[in-house]
Amino acid sequence: MLEARNISKIYENGGVRTEALSDISFKVEKGEFIAIIGPSGSGKSTLMHILGALDLPTSGKYILNGRNVEATSDDVLAEIRNKEIGFIFQSFNLLPRMSALKNVLLPMAYAGVPKNQRLAKAKEVLKVVGLEDKMENAPNQLSGGQKQRVAIARALTMEPSILLADEPTGNLPSHQSDEIIDVFEGLNKKGHTIVIITHNESIAKKTKRIITLVDGKIVSDEPNI
Amino acid sequence: MTLIEIFEESISVLRTNKMRTALSTLGIIIGIGSVITLMTLGQASQQSVRSRIQSLGANLLTVRPGSSQQGFLFGGQGSNTTLRYEDALAIQNSQRVNTIDSVAAEYSSRTQISSDKGNTNASVAGIAGNYFELRNITLSVGSEITEEHNQITAKTAVLGPEISTELFGEGVNPVGETININGQAFSVIGVTKSKGGNLDDMIFVPLQTAQKILFGVSHVSTVYVGAKSEDGMEAARNQLGYLLLERHRKTSPEEADFSIFSQEDLLETASEVTATFTALLTGIAAISLIVGGIGIMNIMLVTVTERTTEIGLRKALGAKRKTIITQFLMESVVLTISGGIIGVSLGLIASHFLTKRFSLPSIISWESVGLAVIVSSVIGIVFGLYPAYKASKLQPIEALRYE
Ligand SMILES: Nc1ncnc2c1ncn2[C@@H]1O[C@H](COP(=O)(O)OP(=O)(O)OP(=O)(O)O)[C@@H](O)[C@H]1O
Ligand SMILES: [Mg+2]
Repeated sequence: MLEARNISKIYENGGVRTEALSDISFKVEKGEFIAIIGPSGSGKSTLMHILGALDLPTSGKYILNGRNVEATSDDVLAEIRNKEIGFIFQSFNLLPRMSALKNVLLPMAYAGVPKNQRLAKAKEVLKVVGLEDKMENAPNQLSGGQKQRVAIARALTMEPSILLADEPTGNLPSHQSDEIIDVFEGLNKKGHTIVIITHNESIAKKTKRIITLVDGKIVSDEPNI
Repeated sequence: MTLIEIFEESISVLRTNKMRTALSTLGIIIGIGSVITLMTLGQASQQSVRSRIQSLGANLLTVRPGSSQQGFLFGGQGSNTTLRYEDALAIQNSQRVNTIDSVAAEYSSRTQISSDKGNTNASVAGIAGNYFELRNITLSVGSEITEEHNQITAKTAVLGPEISTELFGEGVNPVGETININGQAFSVIGVTKSKGGNLDDMIFVPLQTAQKILFGVSHVSTVYVGAKSEDGMEAARNQLGYLLLERHRKTSPEEADFSIFSQEDLLETASEVTATFTALLTGIAAISLIVGGIGIMNIMLVTVTERTTEIGLRKALGAKRKTIITQFLMESVVLTISGGIIGVSLGLIASHFLTKRFSLPSIISWESVGLAVIVSSVIGIVFGLYPAYKASKLQPIEALRYE
């Protein structure tokens, strides 16, 4: 369902040229649970942004559910991000003014889901992440783990074919990060395709395939037994 | 996302920063408020001028000496001596002029007036014919100046109420008292009712008395002619115009040494003057609206920069460019419209008190209220467009990385 073909990403900043990704190729099939690991600066986030259609590769092709992303207009990309991808950011990125519930409702508002269906769906996904009793809390009234679970719930509302998470536990103490991993494991068991970037060995161990990046190149891509 | 949802969101955004919201609408409030106030005052004073001129009588034609440029309509003014009392009498007695009712003549000049109790400088009008009737003047006390007074150049005077107060004090009945005009003693025989304006400041004496005893002239400064009906005004204007041409031995209207005005003409000129004045002031107030708009644009640009991450996130979650533009436009329009509504209310309150203060008719000009609401939303759109466009152009990844 995802396919990267010879993807490179080159940043040029004031004459300084950084090759964040070079010649990356791999496929992700439906139902996979993948960890992308690698040292800091190896290009993990850059790759994740491209996979999430937030950014375009400098060269190479990225095909998402059969569609060539770079040949797609801004507004269609917005729709793809809305319907086909659930993105979970390292720093939660909840809107601080809104309650947990309203944050979760947002993607459905952009999708134009009828109002009466939204609330039921939002409650359902908040239940999946175990937050049905904190719906009315604003982000600053939630713990880090709870915020991240709101972010996961938000990523789930549109039932995207793929969930992308960039160090979802990076900002969390270990007991909270265990909570999150349990949620991801549960979701994968239900059939969601999941790609997680992580530094955390114990998280990587729970996935089924580990891709290792070093200096923008894939140095290993192996199933995890 | 529907427009209503976007509206609800912008309300909640503007609520979170109440102080900023209030301050940023201040320019619009002041601008709209002063436009409303000035437009209302302008309309009120226009209406007051109109009713004042109309109170002089819609059937009234005014003949003044001085050449006309377009038919009998417009003309020069000043110290022309071409019009005489005989002209007025000729109009009165002519068989050919059958559209008029009555005629009056006036010669007026400013001069020194005194009584035992005070002295002042005022306009003295020598009058003859149905002067009081034609100019809608009635007496509050005493009697009018008559044709007989005129015949015998009587030294009798009727005072305007202001003059009466000035010379004899508030509420004192001056009938029977003596006043001094240009060194001549006149006995006061009446006082006119207040009409507002300069008629209250005048002293009326018989025309012949003014011409022969006071000022030593033989011409008149104005002849007043009352037409039989409002519809007959044009016919009356032509009839007396040609009669006067003939009497003055002129062959065509272009050579006329007099001008004829109707109340309509005066009304038009006066309205033009107040309209120009109002437009000028409103224009100045409108400039403050532009300043207010720039204030809105400034605050919206700050907002967009502050909320770069939010915009990136919204795009990452599926917001299209149009949705982002609508969201920020909605915020600026809500700002300017609420400023506009507050401005309208303040403007209406201010103009209520000001029209009272200047004893103008109190009117609410609903067009200006409608206009203000439209103008403020247009300002919101115009000055909000660039910041909203800027927000929509942000690439999601750049915006998310923004720190
Ligand atoms: N906008 C940019 N402009 C220039 N260089 C960039 C930009 N974004 C990333 N880079 C560079 O690209 C390389 C890869 O960055 P990336 O954020 O993908 O690393 P990462 O693997 O996610 O690191 P970490 O584990 O620390 O998050 C780094 O060398 C970084 O400096
Ligand atoms: Mg990273």
